[in-house]
Amino acid sequence: MARDLEAYLRPGIASTPFCPGCGHGILMNLILRAIDELEIDMDEMLFVSGIGCAGWIPSPHFNADTLHTLHGRAIAFATGAKMFNPKLKVMVISGDGDLTSIGGNHLIHAARRNTDLTVICANNMIYGMTGGQAASTSPLGARTSTSMDGTIYRPFDLCKLVLGAGAPYAARFAVTQPVSLIKAIKSCLTTTGFTFIEVLSPCPTQFGRRNRYESPADMMNLLMERCISKDEAARMSVEQLKDRIVTGEFTNGRP
Amino acid sequence: MSSKIVDNTFPAGSHYFSGNEAVAEGAIAAGCRYYAGYPITPSSDIMERISVRFNEVHGVFMQMEDEIASICSVIGAVWAGAKAMTATSGPGFSLMQEGIGYAALTETPLVIVDIQRAGPGTGQATRVASGDLMQAKWGSHGDYQVIALCPWSVQEMYDLTIDAFNLAEQYRVPVFLMGEEAIGHLRERVELKTALTVFDREKKKGAPPFGTKQDDGIPPMPAFGEGEKLLVTGSTHNERGIRKTDDPEAHTRLVARINNKILANRDKIIQTESLYTDDAEVVIVSYGFTARSCLFAVNQLRSEGKRAGLLRLKTIWPFADRIVREMSSTVKKLFIPEMNRGQLMGEVMKYAKGEVIAYHQTDGEIIHPSTVIEKMRSLL
Repeated sequence: MARDLEAYLRPGIASTPFCPGCGHGILMNLILRAIDELEIDMDEMLFVSGIGCAGWIPSPHFNADTLHTLHGRAIAFATGAKMFNPKLKVMVISGDGDLTSIGGNHLIHAARRNTDLTVICANNMIYGMTGGQAASTSPLGARTSTSMDGTIYRPFDLCKLVLGAGAPYAARFAVTQPVSLIKAIKSCLTTTGFTFIEVLSPCPTQFGRRNRYESPADMMNLLMERCISKDEAARMSVEQLKDRIVTGEFTNGRP
Repeated sequence: MSSKIVDNTFPAGSHYFSGNEAVAEGAIAAGCRYYAGYPITPSSDIMERISVRFNEVHGVFMQMEDEIASICSVIGAVWAGAKAMTATSGPGFSLMQEGIGYAALTETPLVIVDIQRAGPGTGQATRVASGDLMQAKWGSHGDYQVIALCPWSVQEMYDLTIDAFNLAEQYRVPVFLMGEEAIGHLRERVELKTALTVFDREKKKGAPPFGTKQDDGIPPMPAFGEGEKLLVTGSTHNERGIRKTDDPEAHTRLVARINNKILANRDKIIQTESLYTDDAEVVIVSYGFTARSCLFAVNQLRSEGKRAGLLRLKTIWPFADRIVREMSSTVKKLFIPEMNRGQLMGEVMKYAKGEVIAYHQTDGEIIHPSTVIEKMRSLL
């Protein structure tokens, strides 16, 4: 964490709790950088998170109001706080299992209602904290502690999911695209309504070691190889798009 | 904690309400301005009335995607400064249990109305029961205390809803109004006063929101947006909200306090009503709708010169252990008729010194006064 952002951290916080090579520390940095660039007062912010590694990004690290909730329910808690006190700027930060599997219903309904929340989904494609089980976001064929021969189900396309449910804005970037991510987080914070970012964040501990990415750097390199912009994707054939992750900002054609 | 007198939000005087309508009006009068719920028989008309009346009192009404979202959004709203409520029935109450445990551990004041219907499972959605009493006490995992109230009239659906909010604010605890289908849909006269006493949670800038010097204390409670940089978590935490997930001492202290703060104050919390108990040979211990039949039965038996009495529990949790023990030492028998398979019977037997006779009825019908009279005749 860069020292110039220390003012945004709760006094006494000395380090992140994340494993070596985890992308969540980078994401933590980028969220604070976006807030810093927009000069948002942290006393106006409420950070809501669920259970799992990503739930620890804001709680207890961010020096603001934080609500660390039940597994899967961060968006429901955030809805109550935002609807009762609309002056709060509410950001939900949680993991893919939390927000899209156990909490999937709350995600699509908040998108349908266009509730004024920013939801940042740190997607490591696996259940990290509980020991590397298959997630609703694990790529087809990924080896996990509950699919040693490879997953047999397709993952969600999270941006399409929330756009289909009515969200006006969704974005997907990896932590290897920090400039684009800061821009997307700033877009969310300055847009009224439901906004969503899927952030691809490597988990070398649980995903990498089961899928032959021996070092954290291998996982970063993989993300850099696989992630392409939506403009690049538009020029590629279906065959070329195989195993690629299309990143960018997506809108629903709604104001 | 501070109490204040406020004007009623509904014209004073006599009104003809259903029990569920009375709950909605009681909540609004007590200061409830956030409601989240999901449709379920037989409690939906609480939500329907709130959705209309909140337009007039500037409350925030949310129809959520399920009961889990309802309880969770209520907790979020309470931490944003609201007095908030949800209402449900059996299956929805089951879905809310994880959120109830979260509210107990984070000491979140809120009110849940459970209009009980015949279970288990989907059971009989439109039929009456009092089958959720033990779930109210033990429904979520771990050790915690709640407060649960059992109204027997439409007037009490109103009055005890106000009490529920006041108790929640005083003790920072989830409070349940355990209505039954029969009282939710019964219509009778309710008297509303011009003013009422309400409690607001104590605030103290900079004070720790999750700890007190006493091991049974109730800490002050700030809200989001007040610059307190609050840390709220459903994991074990210290007095400032910092997670302490493997500290045996922190867990012991927190769990003890959230239990002790209710148990140590139970004499102040518990409300009961006694009728003809001074010289009674057999006392009926009853609560909720069944107590109406018991009152009829006791009056009938007294007119025949039989020494019957009635102990009515308005508060079922915390349990009136001392009152039941004292009562049992002065009478020959206690009789407890219930619209379940003996849920409160077990609790009465735990504390009663003498004989306890029970009657269980789980046919989706109320216990008729004639049934109580017949059973009591065989005991007197």
